[in-house]
Amino acid sequence: MSVLQRVVKPTTRKGKKVLIRREPQIIEGPKRALFFRGRKCTEKVRQLLKDFYNLKKPDAITLSKKNDITIFENVTPVETFCKKYETALFMMGSHSKKRPDNLVVGRMFNYSLLDMFELYLENFESLKDFDSSKVLLGVKPCLIFNGPKWEETEELKQLKSLFIDFFHREEVSSIRLQGLEHALSFTVTDDEKILLRSYKIHMKKSGCRTPRVELEEIGPRVDFTLRRSKLPSEDLMKEACKKPKELKVTKKKNISKDGLGTTHGRIHIGKQQIDKLQTRKMKGLKKSSEERKKEKVAVKRTLSESNVNNVKRIKSL
Amino acid sequence: MVVLNEILEKIEKGTQNVASITVNKHLELDLDLGTLLGVDLNILDKNSLDNDYLRNLTRDNVQLLFNKLWELPTDRVEEAIVVELPSPLFKLPRIKPVPKPKALTKWQQFAKEKGIQKKKKAKLTWDDQLKKWVPRFGFKKAKAEMDKNWVLEVPANAPFEDQFEKKITVKAERVAKNELQRLRNIAKSKDIKIPRFGILNPEKSTSKDLQTAITVAKSSTASVGKFQQKLPNEKEARGIATITPGVSRKRKLPPVSGDEKNTNLNILDSILHKRPKLDIEQAVSRRHNLTEAQKDNPEKRIRKGKGPGKGKMSSKPSKSKKPASGKGQRKGKGGGGGGRKRR
Repeated sequence: MSVLQRVVKPTTRKGKKVLIRREPQIIEGPKRALFFRGRKCTEKVRQLLKDFYNLKKPDAITLSKKNDITIFENVTPVETFCKKYETALFMMGSHSKKRPDNLVVGRMFNYSLLDMFELYLENFESLKDFDSSKVLLGVKPCLIFNGPKWEETEELKQLKSLFIDFFHREEVSSIRLQGLEHALSFTVTDDEKILLRSYKIHMKKSGCRTPRVELEEIGPRVDFTLRRSKLPSEDLMKEACKKPKELKVTKKKNISKDGLGTTHGRIHIGKQQIDKLQTRKMKGLKKSSEERKKEKVAVKRTLSESNVNNVKRIKSL
Repeated sequence: MVVLNEILEKIEKGTQNVASITVNKHLELDLDLGTLLGVDLNILDKNSLDNDYLRNLTRDNVQLLFNKLWELPTDRVEEAIVVELPSPLFKLPRIKPVPKPKALTKWQQFAKEKGIQKKKKAKLTWDDQLKKWVPRFGFKKAKAEMDKNWVLEVPANAPFEDQFEKKITVKAERVAKNELQRLRNIAKSKDIKIPRFGILNPEKSTSKDLQTAITVAKSSTASVGKFQQKLPNEKEARGIATITPGVSRKRKLPPVSGDEKNTNLNILDSILHKRPKLDIEQAVSRRHNLTEAQKDNPEKRIRKGKGPGKGKMSSKPSKSKKPASGKGQRKGKGGGGGGRKRR
C-alpha cells in the first residue's frame, strides 16, 4: 500500500516521508531489535539484555520500564511495541517462580509474530566480567554453529535461523578483511544445552597470505536451555522468505566464458533471402513501361479476386 | 652444505606455516561466506566440553572460514583490503512482504490504453492581463488569481447572483469530485465493493437510478433498513444485492411454527381455485385498440357484433373464425340450454 493509496492523506511533507520509509521495500536495511523487560527481572537477566543491546547497538532500542506482558499468552502488546518502534526483532527478559531467569527471543514479519523461543539462563557471565578489550561498534561477526543437533530438530533449526537473523547485522557485498574481529559461537550439546560464546579474533602471522586465527573470549558467556517455543507455520515462513523478482538473478543466454576468461557470445541470424537481393542495376534489365502496366493490372486483379472471395466467405457465414 | 641446510630449514618452516592454518575435520563445514556463517555438524567431545575446548573448536572453524574468505577476489578501497562477498546462501525472512506493484488509477489505465503520455508543463505561465509570469498552481497562484479577477461580469439572466461565491462553490465541487475519485481508486485497488452512488446528475438519471438510490438510502441505517417504512407496492431495486447491506436476493423462508400449516393451505387454495388475473389497465387499452380497429373496418364490426367477448376481455385476435354450426352456445330465444322442444 503506497502512501497515496491511503484514505487519510498525510498532512505534512515530513509525515509523508515517514510513511514512505515504512512501506515495504525491495532491499531492506538491517533488522532492528527491541530489548525490554517483563513483569519482574533479575539482575542477571537485566545484565544480559544490556550486553546484547551493546552487541547489537546501532540497530537496537532498549526500554527501561517494566511491562506487564506474558508473551506466550498474549502477543499483541509486543506486536504493538514492535510496530511503534519499527523493530523486527525483540528480546524480553523476565523472572517468575515458575520460570526463573527467563529470556524470550523472537522476530516479527509484517508487524506480526513469526517465531519466538523461551530460554532459561543457566550460567551467565557478562561482558564486564571479562578483562579484555572489546570489539568495535557495528562490526559484522562471524557466526559459528557447533554440534550435529542444530540440524536435527525443527525447533533448533528455527532457533539457528533466529540467531543468525539476530546477530548477522546486514547483508553486505564486500567486507574489509582486517575488520573481521568478532566471532560468536553457538554450541548445542547432546542434552540440548545451548552454549553461547563470544570471542575477539586476533590475526597472527602464519607465513602465508591467510593469517592464523587466535581467539580471546570477551563475553557474554551464556548457557541456555530451551523452554517453550512458537514456530511459524510453513506458509508464513515461505511467504516471509520470498525474494523479490527484481533481486532474482536471471541467466543470460548465449554468453559463455572460456578458461582464459574471454567471453563468447552466440548470435542467431535468420535465413538470408537471396532471391530478393539487390544486384547491380543496369538499363538492360530495367522493365519497360508496358511490362510495368501489365504487372499493375495483375496485382489489381488478384486483389479484387481475393476481395470477392472474402465477401463470399462472409455471406456463407 | 650451509646453503643446503638453510634451504631445508626454509622448507620446514613453510610446511609449518601451512600447518598452522590447516584444520582437519571429519565432516566438512557448511560455509556461507555471504553471511560469514559456518555450521560444524561434527560430533562434539562429550567428556571435555569446557570453555577451552569450545574456544579451540570455534578457532578451528573460524580459521576454516577465513581460509575461504582470503581466497575471494580482493579490492583496495582507500588503503584497506576489501573482499567481495558472494550473495548469502542462508535464507532469512524479510521484515515486510515483497512490495506489490502500484495499482493504476482509472485515468492512468485509460491513458495507458489510449497511449496518452504525460506532457511536461512549465511551472510558470505568462499572463497577458497581469503582464507577468504566474505559477500554474501552488504558491502565489491564488494571489495572482485574485489580482486578475478583482471584478467579475454579471450575466443578464441572473443579476443578483454573487459571482464570487459561485466561483468558490464551483471550485469546492471540483475538489470534492477529485476526492471522490481518489477514494474510488483506493477502493478499486484494494478490491473493496462500495455502494453505487445515488443520483449524481438529476438531469441524466432515470427512474431506475432513483429506485436504486432509494433502496441504498433506506438500507443505510444502523439497522440496515430493517425498520424503514414501505410504501404500498414499493419495489426494491434489482441487481444491487451485492453492494447494499441487508438486501438479499434469496427467498426468505418463514420461520417454522404453527403458521406453517396455514401458509401451505393458502398456497394450495390459491392453486386449486386459480382465477385469471384481471389487469384493468391492460384490459382497457386492449378494448380501446379493438374499437379503433373496428372503426377502421366496419365490415368486421357487423360480423363481430354477435361474436364472443362482448364486454369481456378476449385474448383471441379480432380476425377469428366464425363458429361452426351446431357448436357453441346459441344466443336465441330459449332460456334453457340444448334443443329441447317447447310444447
